[in-house]
Amino acid sequence: MKKIKVSLYFPAAEVTKPITYHLIKDYDLQINILNADISLNRQGKLVMDMIGSEWNIESGLKYIEDQGIKYKLFTKTIIWQEEGCVHCGACTAVCPSGALQMDKESWSLTFEKEKCMICELCVKACPLKVMCVSI
Amino acid sequence: MGYKSFDEINEKIKCGKAVVATAEEIIDIVTEKGVKQAAKEVDVVTTGTFGPMCSSGMFINFGHSEPPIRMTKVWLNDVSAYAGIAAVDAYIGATELSETRGMEYGGAHVIEDLIAGKDIKLYAESYGTDCYPRKEITTYINKNNINQAYMFNPRNVYQNYAVAANTTNRIIHTYMGTLLPNLGNVTYTTSGELSPLLNDPYYRTIGIGTRVFIGGAQGYVAWEGTQHNPGQKRGENGVPLSSAGTLALIGDIKQMDTRFIRAAVFEKYGVSMFVGVGIPIPILDEDMLIMTCIKNSEILANIYDYGVQSRNKPVLGSVSYEELRSGSIEISGKKVPTAPLSSLKKAREIAELLKQQITKGEFFITQPVASLPLENKANTLDIRGLENEKD
Repeated sequence: MKKIKVSLYFPAAEVTKPITYHLIKDYDLQINILNADISLNRQGKLVMDMIGSEWNIESGLKYIEDQGIKYKLFTKTIIWQEEGCVHCGACTAVCPSGALQMDKESWSLTFEKEKCMICELCVKACPLKVMCVSI
Repeated sequence: MGYKSFDEINEKIKCGKAVVATAEEIIDIVTEKGVKQAAKEVDVVTTGTFGPMCSSGMFINFGHSEPPIRMTKVWLNDVSAYAGIAAVDAYIGATELSETRGMEYGGAHVIEDLIAGKDIKLYAESYGTDCYPRKEITTYINKNNINQAYMFNPRNVYQNYAVAANTTNRIIHTYMGTLLPNLGNVTYTTSGELSPLLNDPYYRTIGIGTRVFIGGAQGYVAWEGTQHNPGQKRGENGVPLSSAGTLALIGDIKQMDTRFIRAAVFEKYGVSMFVGVGIPIPILDEDMLIMTCIKNSEILANIYDYGVQSRNKPVLGSVSYEELRSGSIEISGKKVPTAPLSSLKKAREIAELLKQQITKGEFFITQPVASLPLENKANTLDIRGLENEKD
């Protein structure tokens, strides 16, 4: 099994296609939608995890391409250098996915990598420069 | 009549018998035991804060070189320091930017590096005098080979502060962090019920000469802080509804620890410094205890629109720290996520450490030698000509 994170960019005309349905049904892929910005007759963006066999993932990506939808794989990850962190919370102000949050009891920063969309806003917002991008 | 004097409390600290609680713990203690009993039992309440405080800096004396120099311009790791004082004295401000690295490194980083024990490059120039012939010097200094290095912060520990929002349609970068467009977020800074001056709203025990925990060292309140504005509108409980009192603090850099003081960079704003401060509040009587029982739900702060580039930013509403800590608030019917900028985790660590130091007899309380003013007018800087100038 393999897991990838991918952004799909839908042209306005393609937003009505049930893409995720086909990815699940025809290619046996587990889909976890992380962020969706889709409205009728407008360009849309979908960020998701895809889990499946290497072959199914490759075929699924090809299917996406064949539907006229562009995709981009996430190759980078965000690294939280926790030892230098003061847990101020400045990064949580800009995190759109909720991956970075303050624990309401201990007021420690928590980072759920799974939710991260690698938008890199936290990298700039961190006053201590402890968030960085791995390439 | 008070139950205890400063001296009586210090006597108990000396004998290891003082009962100390943090400003968070005291709330439950009073709920359980009642004010009367708790005021008898508890001697000191400790507070803490760890937020970005731009108005910070360090005086430093380098010692004399051979031949000596009367430094007129000084740079530390390429960050300019003010040298318009005696021959080898200088002051470096936290927000001064590096002349070679720009916004990624500044005065606060120099201070942090010095505290961490690192070598700092010193470059100084002079015009040369008969008594100070040298005209230039390049060398490396660290905290062991200089004379004094003490922090002198003109304004720290703000008593309450603004909540920042942005109603414009563009992202803005401020000293209150990154504010997303169209009320995409709000940020706030103070440790709320743990914050020093919110627990002594009328500066009854905190005054000039008060010993404080600053950056891991023992320091003192030197003066009222700049922009000290005790006249700010207050709620019924005496707590100001927006930024009010401030403290000028002094402390020995050589005794500090980077766990409690850190340089900060706010994107497209500049350099600042997280300063960890803890102040003990002696429980002299029931009135003082009641002040320290302030809860997040009772501390209100105004939300200001930082999208308006004016001295007078519009107020979008008022919220309690309890609401801010819940993760979201409502502004004009819209649910807006909240984010802190000052570390409550660190503030708690400081209040707890101060509690331990007092309990172990390592930190004594001080009676202020003079009180902070309770009346002060906040002036503005207006553009004007000379008094007698004619148009």
